[in-house]
Amino acid sequence: MITVDFFLYSKFGQMILAVVAFLVVVAVLLLLARVADRIAGRSRTWWMVLLFGGPALALLGVGLIYPAIRTTLMSFMDRSSDEWVGLANYEWVFTNPDSLQSFINTFFWVALVPTVATGVGLLYAIIIDQSRFEKVAKTLLFLPMAISFVGAGIIWKFVYEYRGAAQEQIGLLNAIITTLGFEPVRFLQDAPWNTFFLIAVMIWIQAGFAMVLLSAAIKAIPADIVEAARLDGVGAWQMFRNITVPSIRPTLVVVVTTITIATLKIFDIPRTMTGARFDTQVLANMMYDQSFTFGNAGTGSALAVVIFVLVIPIVVFNIRQMIKNREVRGA
Amino acid sequence: MARTGRRGVAVAGGTLALALTLAACGGADDLGGGGGGGGNDGETSAGGGTDCAAFEEYGTFEGESVTLFTSIREVEADQMQDSFEEFTECTGIEVVHNGSGEFEQQVVVQAEGGNAPDLAAFPQPGLLQRMVRDGYVLAAPDAVEANVDEGWTEDWKSYGTVDGEFYASPMLSSVKSFVWYSPTAFEENGYEVPETWDELMTLTEQIAADQGSETVKPWCAGIESGGATGWPATDWIEDLVLRTGGGDVYDQWVTHEIPFNAPEVTEAVDLAGAILKDDNYVNGGIGDSRSIATTSFNDGGLPILDGECFLHRQASFYEAQWPEGTDVSPEGEAFAFPLPGMTADDRPLLVAGEFVGAFNDREATQAVQTFMSSAEWANTRVEIGGVTSANLGVDPELATSDVLRQAIELFQDESATVRFDGSDLMPSEVGAGAFWTGMVDWINGADTDTVLTQIDAAWPAG
Repeated sequence: MITVDFFLYSKFGQMILAVVAFLVVVAVLLLLARVADRIAGRSRTWWMVLLFGGPALALLGVGLIYPAIRTTLMSFMDRSSDEWVGLANYEWVFTNPDSLQSFINTFFWVALVPTVATGVGLLYAIIIDQSRFEKVAKTLLFLPMAISFVGAGIIWKFVYEYRGAAQEQIGLLNAIITTLGFEPVRFLQDAPWNTFFLIAVMIWIQAGFAMVLLSAAIKAIPADIVEAARLDGVGAWQMFRNITVPSIRPTLVVVVTTITIATLKIFDIPRTMTGARFDTQVLANMMYDQSFTFGNAGTGSALAVVIFVLVIPIVVFNIRQMIKNREVRGA
Repeated sequence: MARTGRRGVAVAGGTLALALTLAACGGADDLGGGGGGGGNDGETSAGGGTDCAAFEEYGTFEGESVTLFTSIREVEADQMQDSFEEFTECTGIEVVHNGSGEFEQQVVVQAEGGNAPDLAAFPQPGLLQRMVRDGYVLAAPDAVEANVDEGWTEDWKSYGTVDGEFYASPMLSSVKSFVWYSPTAFEENGYEVPETWDELMTLTEQIAADQGSETVKPWCAGIESGGATGWPATDWIEDLVLRTGGGDVYDQWVTHEIPFNAPEVTEAVDLAGAILKDDNYVNGGIGDSRSIATTSFNDGGLPILDGECFLHRQASFYEAQWPEGTDVSPEGEAFAFPLPGMTADDRPLLVAGEFVGAFNDREATQAVQTFMSSAEWANTRVEIGGVTSANLGVDPELATSDVLRQAIELFQDESATVRFDGSDLMPSEVGAGAFWTGMVDWINGADTDTVLTQIDAAWPAG
């Protein structure tokens, strides 16, 4: 006999429940759309907006706007969100040594990952463009993108593995280094260099993402422009500077800003590879530790707000670029 | 930290699973039938042949279920579920066990979100206290307290007690004060298991003199554990504070009545450093002292099997880390002896475990809570395998391995000074924060005074 427990507690029951719920939602939406179709007259546009935008707005309110307001309020309250403490949490965020270290490290992450990943992706996209091995080459660089950050962290931990000079090396890099006759390197243990070795992992993941988008943009450059430039006798560098980059500028901006936002939130790589020890702490990991491991909702929320504030200018820039491009295209 | 232990124990259970499956085949045939038919007549269930007399006191319930949230996963989670089989058959209460690797964070989120489980097993008394003070966990019913008074020592009861009121009964337990070694290697070299700390240090020097080389060292160690990196080093310190300062100093240290950098603690840390920070004594098969910080705790002791080190201080649950086929026995390739005290008569024990607290006072919840605090449940669970319980009513003969049997016997030695893992008792900013980070810095080269002062500064005010 199938009971309520079956649907609530067994994996199979939960799956059936989820599929049914999905179908019901789709059916309701289709039905509403049909009803909206029947509505005639001037109010029609408004009904449409309400019908299709309404649920999205409601979800946005519950899942984004309400939590954002609540987090901001909590950042001015004590560890269990009972009493107001003014700016005490922010004072802690900007004076605690561990927290300051996480600002410095996050700065390096944000300065290096978007620029290097985009640079590598762009160069790669240009080099392999039109080549015979394009598909294979693209796949190779794109593969890491399919690996989770935690998975990538574990893979690279093996690559960076350290053993003493007298021992047999089991890490790839140190095996190479010792074969060449050098001392093995403590990749994950010596600050500040360890942060850069962690950053390399993120670049490894993101370069593929940059390459795929940029490659598509390069292919979309009108052939006549390229041909005209060639007829004018333009060299490779000038072609890159005056034709390629300006043509793919909107895509470049999207790629750089997207990676920047992802990098500001970086959490998994330091957590799996060093446990954020050895001075590799970053803002998002610090926020998680404070809120959930140490149960300090105040400082955790303050860190969340700081990350949020740092992301805002990037998002604004991104949106302004998009509007600008639309105007250019419109004209 | 206890969470990390769980993972270890889970694997241990895995090797036992086959034997268990074979053993369990006789018992449980009609799991579903019990609820429908036998609601009112308790005595014996019709089909399975289970004697329900022992479960009469819990009463009978029709189709009720109780959710139990723990940090236990995989094989061990199945074993946990199995331990309720007869209980479910006889009382009609279905125990729905749910284990998570992020228990410490999730239990708080669930309780705050008004979605608490019926019961939860807290690996850290500090976390339990937090949840009690926030008003989520209810005081334990009288029947549970009676069981605990009967089956557990005062110490164990006190970890489930907050502000004089009793809230949570101890569930499973592990011994942390063990040194793993290879009985075969000891036999070959004529080494003896040391009885005192001095003998341990003499043995260390002797091994270094006999065997020491760039790759072979007396000890091996590893404290890397992802987001929890550092905890095995805190266990070393706790064990030594317990040995040099005794139970009283330990209690004052854990509750911050004496500063974290008090002279007694500094002495204990330096004693641990005499092994952990001496490149001649560590880190067999891996590198120098600093390599301890990047060696995962799971792999830490494995060089023992290659003869690259001889001693590894780690809890009873390290049994699960030995590769399949390793002979873990008093004459085999790997076994454990209790970490010696300062004298042969003094053998303090560092322990860890979970505590079951309730989020509501439904009758079914209380029935399960009472059952879990009883010696019957402890015996049932220990017999299934892979774990130990400090319940005094547990029969050591039921233990599924020599190490686990030894652990149960140590638990039941009432003359021993027993203390709970200190970092689990301290506020989490220290116990899961500054103490872990500090130990990593210490292994990585920082000196004792600097590190202890830093940890002391992290202690929350008030």
